Amino acid sequence: MGVDKLLTIAVGTILVNNVVLVRLLGLCPVAGGSRQVRSTLILGLVVTCLMTVASVATFGIYSRVLLPLHLAYGKTLAFMLVIAVLLWAAEAVTARRASGFSLAFHRGLPLTTANCAVLGVALINVEKAYDLLAAAANGAAAGLGFTLVLVLVTGLRERIELSPVPGSFKGAPVILVLTGLVALAFLGFSGLVIE
Amino acid sequence: MSLGRELADALLGRNPLLGGALGLCPALAVSTSLKNGVGIGLATAAVVVGSVALAALVGRALPARARMLALVVVTAGLATAADVIMTKHMPTLRAGLGIYVPLIATNCIVFGDARAAAQGAGLVRSLVSGLGAGLGFAGAVVVVSAIREVAGSGKLWDVAVAGPNFNPALMLTIAPGGLIALGLVMGVFNRLRHRS
Repeated sequence: MGVDKLLTIAVGTILVNNVVLVRLLGLCPVAGGSRQVRSTLILGLVVTCLMTVASVATFGIYSRVLLPLHLAYGKTLAFMLVIAVLLWAAEAVTARRASGFSLAFHRGLPLTTANCAVLGVALINVEKAYDLLAAAANGAAAGLGFTLVLVLVTGLRERIELSPVPGSFKGAPVILVLTGLVALAFLGFSGLVIE
Repeated sequence: MSLGRELADALLGRNPLLGGALGLCPALAVSTSLKNGVGIGLATAAVVVGSVALAALVGRALPARARMLALVVVTAGLATAADVIMTKHMPTLRAGLGIYVPLIATNCIVFGDARAAAQGAGLVRSLVSGLGAGLGFAGAVVVVSAIREVAGSGKLWDVAVAGPNFNPALMLTIAPGGLIALGLVMGVFNRLRHRS
């Protein structure tokens, strides 16, 4: 696999097939997330690391254990267990870090809300039959795409808090519409990569 | 609270999708047609009820630390079962839903209700609340997918319902349209809920 192929995957996954805006995964932390750009940035970076490690680990388990044993249908269970262990490890590591870091992290940003995106990326790797390097690149790019959208929407949320939104639309509804408009803007990137 | 009121409350009052913004990913990604909406809604409801029942049964027998792991195994196992059954008996529907069938395992609704059941809420009460949450989710997805199919392609359940002069809003069949449609439905739901 050449560098060009990896670059195609990276650009394609970050901008064209963005994990949040096109695949619609990991919307829960985006719609219900924090109001501070700083803490969303931290969450995004942790999720990026998680997705990369999870992509490599699930690729190994799928190709070395499940396929030889004809247990491909058990991938959901196996992947979820792997991701649960990784989430637990990530929470243990972040809890031990400096107080500011873990405070930002634990204040309304539970990592578990992102696990549907992590599992989704692992399943996409299998669906597209990526090899090890491509799976790792796809995982990292999906995490960066998630971070990008999370930070963009958090920035927009700061603005919308000051706007006269009708009472029934406050909170999740207006954030969803807003995310939809961001997704519409991202449609401009389609056609950037020829697959 | 009586069981009937509990069901109604779970179904309408605190609808998991429209009121709680839970389970957004599948509700948006595959709600492009009524068929897909009914498929993912019913599959999710079945997994919610099944995992609540299993969680209530095994939850009390396990120490608190092991419960989360048991929940992961239960929900992933049931989602896998749904996946296998759909692949065998409804291959076209399964192909349309794609990775969102196995992703039922990570649906926040499944986890929320199953965790409550595992922590010792009564079996019957957990089942009623799980059924309400599952059906409430299914109902909401069906509404969103019907709106998207009619306005986005002029069809309902693959049958043309709009006249020949109807100009479909193609945007509703893709991701941005889904986000906007769900946001609007949620807003209207909130308005109706607060009025009653």
